[in-house]
Amino acid sequence: MLTEDIKKEIDSHIHEPQHRAAACTEALRIVQRHRGWIDDESIREVAAYLGMSSHELDSVATFFNLIHRRPVGRHVIRICASVSCWVMGYDALRDGLLKHLGVGMGQTTPDGRFTVVPNQCLGCCDHAPALMIDRDLHRDVNLAALKELLEPYR
Amino acid sequence: MSEAAKERPLTGDLRPDGAALSLKEYEAAGGYSAIRTALGKMSPAGVTELVKTANLRGRGGAGFPTGVKWALVPMGPDAPRPKYLVVNADEMEPGTFKDRLLLEGNPHQLIEGVILAAFAIQAETSYIFLRGEYTVAEERILRAIDEARAAGYLGENILGSGFTLHLYLHMSIGRYICGEETALLNALEGKRATPRTKPPFPQISGLWGKPTIVNNVETLSNLPHIVNRGVEWFKGLSRTPNGGTKLFGVSGKVKRPGLWELPLGTTIREILDLAGGMRDGHTLRAIIPGGASTDFVGPEHLDVQMDFDTVGKVGSRMGTGTMIVLDDKTCPVGMVHNLIQFFAQESCGWCTPCRDGLPWIQKVMAAIENGEGRPEDLDMLRGHTKSLGMGLTFCALAPGAMAPLGSALVRFKDEFDRHIRDKRCAWR
Ligand SMILES: Cc1cc2nc3c(=O)[nH]c(=O)nc-3n(C[C@H](O)[C@H](O)[C@H](O)COP(=O)(O)O)c2cc1C
Ligand code: SF4
Ligand code: FES
Repeated sequence: MLTEDIKKEIDSHIHEPQHRAAACTEALRIVQRHRGWIDDESIREVAAYLGMSSHELDSVATFFNLIHRRPVGRHVIRICASVSCWVMGYDALRDGLLKHLGVGMGQTTPDGRFTVVPNQCLGCCDHAPALMIDRDLHRDVNLAALKELLEPYR
Repeated sequence: MSEAAKERPLTGDLRPDGAALSLKEYEAAGGYSAIRTALGKMSPAGVTELVKTANLRGRGGAGFPTGVKWALVPMGPDAPRPKYLVVNADEMEPGTFKDRLLLEGNPHQLIEGVILAAFAIQAETSYIFLRGEYTVAEERILRAIDEARAAGYLGENILGSGFTLHLYLHMSIGRYICGEETALLNALEGKRATPRTKPPFPQISGLWGKPTIVNNVETLSNLPHIVNRGVEWFKGLSRTPNGGTKLFGVSGKVKRPGLWELPLGTTIREILDLAGGMRDGHTLRAIIPGGASTDFVGPEHLDVQMDFDTVGKVGSRMGTGTMIVLDDKTCPVGMVHNLIQFFAQESCGWCTPCRDGLPWIQKVMAAIENGEGRPEDLDMLRGHTKSLGMGLTFCALAPGAMAPLGSALVRFKDEFDRHIRDKRCAWR
């Protein structure tokens, strides 16, 4: 069940009442923030709330990369895999990070702490290589300092 | 306006600490005086005419003249309503990091630009479509919208002019294709972000079938300054017939990667000099001048002026104006493979040549890079650069992908041949 708080938050993104469904991507973001990921139940609830079919909403939810249709860890690491970061050492950073966490790309650490996914250009190519952890951007990432970088994210 | 802002209107007044200009600071720098002028003393057609004469060209990559685009919007009492002004703040072109500075550093400048553009086309509703990863910009824009509304710059009857504009921030949930303006409109409507058939163009039938203008962040941020200081000043900022300044960036193995606001028509050499030149021990091999969808140029092109027309004369495009530098210690084949991997992943899947062609190209590029390529692969790649060319796919994503590939197949022919002959990448 969508809580009243979540419904209120979704309502704040319905700017034109005749176009309720337009708020569906914002709604997915909101629900994901509260629940970590978007399960089938969330799809059904949000679709019903916005007057869409669940298939319609799922076709949207599976199209966009910032929505997770599978469980993820408490923190999501998005490592920039695009061209400037590649020139500046993406391969080594990716390998080092995955080795440090003991997971493969797209996987979650056994303690449920981190999920690592590749992301396209993060828009800070002058400070490559870059990655995001949750909402935080980290620039000029140094492989040797990975441990300290991850430390605050428990 | 400060001395710095006379030459660098977009960034001259930014705070050195990187924080956003508050409403007070923006006003102290002359902010929101342009809407007093426009809404108080000018007609919508007058604003459009001003922007046309200033020769402001879209900064989203294609360089379409902004005033000309606005002039196609139906006007007058019989025009369909509501009309929309949409800000393209999706900035996902690899190698591009220019709109971020304006979004984070001066959201009020963007908002004032939005009000001016909306007034010119008489739109009552506006959306800022911001990429989901720009979390700092998200917080700052939300705050700026609140401040502007409280000050009477947004909402009903702005400054008593009778003009009303509602502005909302829409956070995207990913995918490069959202930057394509018709795909963006589908995403805003809550649909999968696939492009739409053109015509009809969004100016006539855009968001929910209503007249809509989509403009880039940097394009809109120029507007207050054009209204405040006029056409002659704006044209004088540029060294070429394109009006104004441009945000130019450099990434790759240079000494000081970065972003600078400079006259349009600044040469590639001057921009590279600002970046401190190549890192010690590295030599310049080639440059992608303006984001992933532009053709490589070479060291022989350093004196080319960066503007919308001149770069085209040497077979590339200025694109977003943020260049990516290739050095001699980095494999050109590997770099193109990375770019193709991006485009293949970001294909929206709507049309067959792109959906099936790009993954095929990617597999072949991977094979060549891994020493498993065959000589006939190069003919196949060349064939694809033709069959995915402009006009043969549903939108410009696939032709954009072919720009770096096509130019690399010519410029780095020896490197492709060497990978295939030696059955390995010499840089690994
Ligand atoms: C695949 C693709 C991605 C694009 N991404 C962006 C983008 O992120 N930002 C942008 O302003 N324009 C982008 N564009 C260009 C827009 O379609 C459109 O031309 C632009 O927003 C118009 O604004 P302007 O006239 O102010 O430049 C993209 C185009 C294509 C084909
Ligand atoms: S060219 Fe690619 S991105 Fe564009 S519509 Fe076709 S499949 Fe989609
Ligand atoms: S390529 Fe990584 S931030 Fe742009």
